[in-house]
Amino acid sequence: MAIDKDMNVLIVDDYNTMLRIINNLLKQLGFSNIDEATDGEAALAKVKQKTYGLIISDWNMEPMTGFDFLKAIRASDEGYKNTPFIMITAESKTENVVLAKQAGVNNYIVKPFNAETLKTKMEAVLGAF
Amino acid sequence: MGNEQQSFEREQVVQIINSVVSKIENVGGDATATGIFKELKTLQRIIDEARNEIGLTRPTDIKDKHIPTATDELDAVVESTAEATGAIMDSCDVIQEKAGAIGGEVGDAIGNEVIKIFEACSFQDITGQRITKVVTTLKTIEDKVAQLINVLGESLPIEEHGEEDSDVGKTIEEKLLNGPQLPDKAITQDDIDKLLEEFD
Repeated sequence: MAIDKDMNVLIVDDYNTMLRIINNLLKQLGFSNIDEATDGEAALAKVKQKTYGLIISDWNMEPMTGFDFLKAIRASDEGYKNTPFIMITAESKTENVVLAKQAGVNNYIVKPFNAETLKTKMEAVLGAF
Repeated sequence: MGNEQQSFEREQVVQIINSVVSKIENVGGDATATGIFKELKTLQRIIDEARNEIGLTRPTDIKDKHIPTATDELDAVVESTAEATGAIMDSCDVIQEKAGAIGGEVGDAIGNEVIKIFEACSFQDITGQRITKVVTTLKTIEDKVAQLINVLGESLPIEEHGEEDSDVGKTIEEKLLNGPQLPDKAITQDDIDKLLEEFD
């Protein structure tokens, strides 16, 4: 089944630079409905307003981390139990990856990353496009 | 004070305390008032020397000047790299748009190179996080120094605020080399122009 590139995508990162990079790379891949949030709390507010087909989030943010955001949406009844969630973070310890996986992350990208890595991981969770 | 000396003095202090305690406990032995007094005098001398050594390191300067300066400089690095990265990406957006308009092989090639620039801009996020970690560590050291000052504060020797430690032995020219100023401390090009006009 072809991937719907009109799906809503939410990217969450506390660094404006990273938001712009991911936003740009997504646009290059053909996605245009992209929203941004700068921490887990702001992201939680976004997911309550709109349905997203893909969430890409950093881990280390304040006041709410991406990890807590992931756990919150997986535990909620807002329809996000199975929504593809990719963590893009500089946290590269094995325990981080294991914890994220146990919390329901679909894929995990370590910063710095490139467009090819993002595309590969997105295809792994959404299917080829 | 070297580690060896510190360790030696620490052992000496423990020995003296044990000796005093033992003399008090073994009444009748060497527990004369003079013996205990001598031991306590030695202890006092060692504590005074340690206090002086700590005072000479100017702990209030470390807490009030050196660490805040270092953290301010690091915050400025994060801010200026964020600004510069933003400017680079603004230009990339424009180039990408133009490349799209050109289209074809050349347009695609330009677009691919612009994506590489975007990817490389992630350095700002990574360095920003690393610098934030360093700032946190510096603030922890600042707190520890503040605790030390609180404990020893009143008994520390009074610091004489003469020449800066970092300026000792520098020539006048060398003292003028302070690197880039923080935005709130720097004078603007307009200020410089006005200053120069005053010489005309």
